[in-house]
Amino acid sequence: MKKIIETENLRTNFYTYEGVVKALNDVCITVNHGETFGLVGESGCGKSVTVRSMMRIIQSPGKVESGKVLLFLDENGEQEAVDLLQQSESYMQSCCGDQISMIFQEPNAALNPIMSIGEQVAESFLFHRKKSLSEASLERLNAQDCKVPFKGIFKNLYKKYHEDENAFVFKLLSHIPLLNRWDFLIRQEAFKRAVEIISKLGIPHAEDIAVQFPHNLSGGMKQRIVIAIALACSPMLLIADEATSNLDVTIQAQILELLKDLKKKHISSILLITHDLGVVAETCDRVGVMYAGSLCEVAESRELFGNPSHPYTKALLESVPKFHQEGALKTIEGNVPNLVTPPAGCRFHPRCKHRMDICDKEVPNLLEIGKNHSVACHLFGDK
Amino acid sequence: MEKILELKNLKKHYPIYGGVFKKEINSVKALDGVDLDIYRGECLGVVGESGCGKTTTSKAIIKLHDPTSGEIIFHPKDHKDSYDIARMKPRHMKKNGLRSKLQMVFQDPTTSMNPRMLVKNIIAEPIIENTNIKGKALEDRVVELLEMVGLTRNHLYRYSHEFSGGQRQRIAVARALATNPEFLVLDEPTSALDVSVQAQILNLMDSLRKKLNLTYMFVTHHLLVVKYISTRIAVMYLGKIVEIAETEKLFENPVHPYTNALLSGIPSTDLDIEKKRIILKGDVPSPLNPPEGCRFHTRCPFAIELCKKKEPVLEDIGNHKVACHRKDEVQELISKKFA
Repeated sequence: MKKIIETENLRTNFYTYEGVVKALNDVCITVNHGETFGLVGESGCGKSVTVRSMMRIIQSPGKVESGKVLLFLDENGEQEAVDLLQQSESYMQSCCGDQISMIFQEPNAALNPIMSIGEQVAESFLFHRKKSLSEASLERLNAQDCKVPFKGIFKNLYKKYHEDENAFVFKLLSHIPLLNRWDFLIRQEAFKRAVEIISKLGIPHAEDIAVQFPHNLSGGMKQRIVIAIALACSPMLLIADEATSNLDVTIQAQILELLKDLKKKHISSILLITHDLGVVAETCDRVGVMYAGSLCEVAESRELFGNPSHPYTKALLESVPKFHQEGALKTIEGNVPNLVTPPAGCRFHPRCKHRMDICDKEVPNLLEIGKNHSVACHLFGDK
Repeated sequence: MEKILELKNLKKHYPIYGGVFKKEINSVKALDGVDLDIYRGECLGVVGESGCGKTTTSKAIIKLHDPTSGEIIFHPKDHKDSYDIARMKPRHMKKNGLRSKLQMVFQDPTTSMNPRMLVKNIIAEPIIENTNIKGKALEDRVVELLEMVGLTRNHLYRYSHEFSGGQRQRIAVARALATNPEFLVLDEPTSALDVSVQAQILNLMDSLRKKLNLTYMFVTHHLLVVKYISTRIAVMYLGKIVEIAETEKLFENPVHPYTNALLSGIPSTDLDIEKKRIILKGDVPSPLNPPEGCRFHTRCPFAIELCKKKEPVLEDIGNHKVACHRKDEVQELISKKFA
């Protein structure tokens, strides 16, 4: 299988007044082409920090200490790995939203309240797809029935823009009032595409919605708009950070169905982050379970839910109420450790039922114990 | 079975003022005629989407706000009379000893406790307010409560920020139990907690209910949690109850199309169960102008002309109350459409 993104020994720390929070401890995850990878865990286990480190949007006082984030780009049939952590800021700008894009947790916080919906979706076309937009505008100018004043001048401008985006003349124009609107055709084109993608996501009356503002829409609609922004440039990898957590059950079902649909048609892979085990079981092909900043089990979802191996995964599955619940719920004793002073060795050992002497001394490595099934636990060390 | 609370046509409208003279121009109909009986010793789960009036119902019962109209009849255990608390003034409630019988556990334990008070004082406050217990006896009572929820004497002289989320919620439960209540409202007590801690709190709640013979009203949007803990479930939609039944019955044989959609939307970790998923279109309508007729008709896959005109009433079909015009045909329609 072709990989799409891979992290190697990713380590992220937060430098707070209380001390150094070791949020990620050697996290290695791989997302393959055409799969939905789920990342589950309790709050504070480092799910979001993992993807934020991957996208390089960790905010101060956080810092990615070491590790690699490899993005595999297809170049003439050959895969080329790019380490995102070594790239320049401008490379990340062109990459985020184009190759990788992200759906954030709270649609309320992710949308700009003073920009119309259509403009916000169009923004991502304007940033990443200016070339194809100027081409489309040129076509429109060349058409017979086009009624734009000073057609000739615009034709020349757009042609030049198509050849060289960074020409001096455009920088000059962008500083002159009124003339800085020379690219209105490009904007119109972007808005048209935005409406298209909004209607593709199953929102009725997309033209009317596109001129409205975020506060006019309901939570489910807003989430769809955020998805539309992320999907605008048809990315290779879509990262959904708790995309359905704040939504009601019926709306959540709508959004999950939508993501499934989209995966079939448009995007190749989804990295889904959630704390809801049910959502993972129903949508993901492979699942990674995280605990206190380290990955403890990775397996195909049928395998993980049918045959959980790591003691934490087992306990977690038993502590969630099920559809056919029999008897009382089992609990995990104790609390999630403070990551300023994480337990030595395996981070789960203070709460683990199968604790051994080695557990508080050595950190277990992720070992393969079956087909596509890896566990980081000393119980499986000998095999 | 003995009733503990009866809600009769309970309404709560939040007015919206507008215009030059700030007249009431419209109102948000958060609760629009709720009829509900709660029996002693049961755990009634209330489920529904956000904005359907779950929390408003619970706050009206606790009298955190006054209902617009309707009756809330409370039958305390040791009293001969029953009281309509909907119109009762707070001081009358306290005088009759009703205030201490109704208690509440809030959603987020971090914000529901005073950060400047010691745990001892947090739990002692309701006791001092309602009884004459003082000094050593008071401390003993506080320790007894702490031990009841799984904490110890060592936790007495600490502040709430020194505890984890699960422990904080335990303290909130102890505070609610301090006045020997008969009825507890639990407003999403586990939604701010981690999954592994959620199980601890749920088990604690369940054992306390059996031990102290409490009656719960468990408000949540998490359907599997409510299935685990409740004995009876009421499903709400846009300020109305659309279906009430015992837990097993509701999950095995849901009647209302909305309940069917809710239950089919639960993401489950049991991968082997084949489910037909009913996906509703659109969103919950605004409670400012709820749709005429059946409130669910705008999203219902089986709506007919009658649904748009006449509002269905909650009818009893053998220990199972449903408000739907097509309640006899729903199962058939679902198997036809979503098979």
